[in-house]
Amino acid sequence: MRLLLGTLFAFAIAALIGLGATWLTLKEGIAYGGITVGAWTAWPKNGTPGIDPYARAMVARSGELPIGSGDGITFFARTDDTTRPLDGRCDVTLSGTTPPARFWTLTLYDPEGKLVANSVQRHGFTSQELIRSASGTFGITIGPRARPGNWLPTGGVERYVLALRLYDTPVGLATRSGPDTAMPSISQKGCP
Amino acid sequence: MIRFLLWLLGGVLLGGVVHLATVLLLPRMATQDAYSRLAPLTPVNKVVPVPHPSPDKATMPFMDPAFAMAVCRYDLTQAPLKFTVPISQAYTSVSFYTRADIAYYAINDRAAGRRVIELDLMTPDQHNDLPDNEEITAADRLIVESPTNTGLIVIKALAAEPGLLTSAQNTLNSAKCQPMPQ
Repeated sequence: MRLLLGTLFAFAIAALIGLGATWLTLKEGIAYGGITVGAWTAWPKNGTPGIDPYARAMVARSGELPIGSGDGITFFARTDDTTRPLDGRCDVTLSGTTPPARFWTLTLYDPEGKLVANSVQRHGFTSQELIRSASGTFGITIGPRARPGNWLPTGGVERYVLALRLYDTPVGLATRSGPDTAMPSISQKGCP
Repeated sequence: MIRFLLWLLGGVLLGGVVHLATVLLLPRMATQDAYSRLAPLTPVNKVVPVPHPSPDKATMPFMDPAFAMAVCRYDLTQAPLKFTVPISQAYTSVSFYTRADIAYYAINDRAAGRRVIELDLMTPDQHNDLPDNEEITAADRLIVESPTNTGLIVIKALAAEPGLLTSAQNTLNSAKCQPMPQ
């Protein structure tokens, strides 16, 4: 009787801890080998056969296709530079320079990876369509209200994710260049 | 009390095993992974355009709306595959995924260095079976080895501004993936 109770108890603990840990890692998006620059994080290994098992499980669950490493690399930002979550009701300024790449695109998604509906049907920018200053730097305003210049509408959603994709780039391939890769800064103000 | 702690310890250790096993098994059990999402839309060994993502509807999450996309869902069981795509104005890339959505190879227009990206896709066994002389005569032929019999070829063309999307989609319409005659 004791043996049976003990076994059942151990199995219950195992199921709780095992499934709980799996659920938590997938929900929190824990994966190894990320490069973090400011608010941006990329997982260069996700586009190679060397993708780690946690990232594989997440990719299988979400249904996305990670960019192949010969194609490009994706940096995700869920917060601003001060680690405050990005809020679609605030005015966010993205400015600075991007790492070397033939093309890049910036896209705004909801946390599940869907595009966000808005009145002007703009979901992002490509490096070709930005208005830049004479020195080559750029600024993008992300917010619910229309702005002159490069405006990326949020549709007023509470949480969103930015994806900066670099195409045909040396970043992440040979170099494990973390902090010396220049990524745009993200600052948030005017929150309700 | 000691006995209880031992059972607890056993449970925790077993929990670790359960955790690792579920993480490793999950990709095999997934029914909503990219391959499964694309399978109903794509006949085998044929290039099919993937609908452009919109806020209401997207085939996969985190698709880049600046790109036109097409997919060839391949099956190499019968024969190797010949793949060609003309390059678009801005940027064209071809990525290869296994049945388990693992990216194993990708090439872009600049790496291909021509007006057309042209390659042969085969399993390692089919590659070994190639006659030697044929490999010499076709020295400039790019051969890609697929680790699995089935998988996805994803072709993407950049529309540098929204107005260019149709032209990018048209480029992908001329992409071809065909089994080689045996």
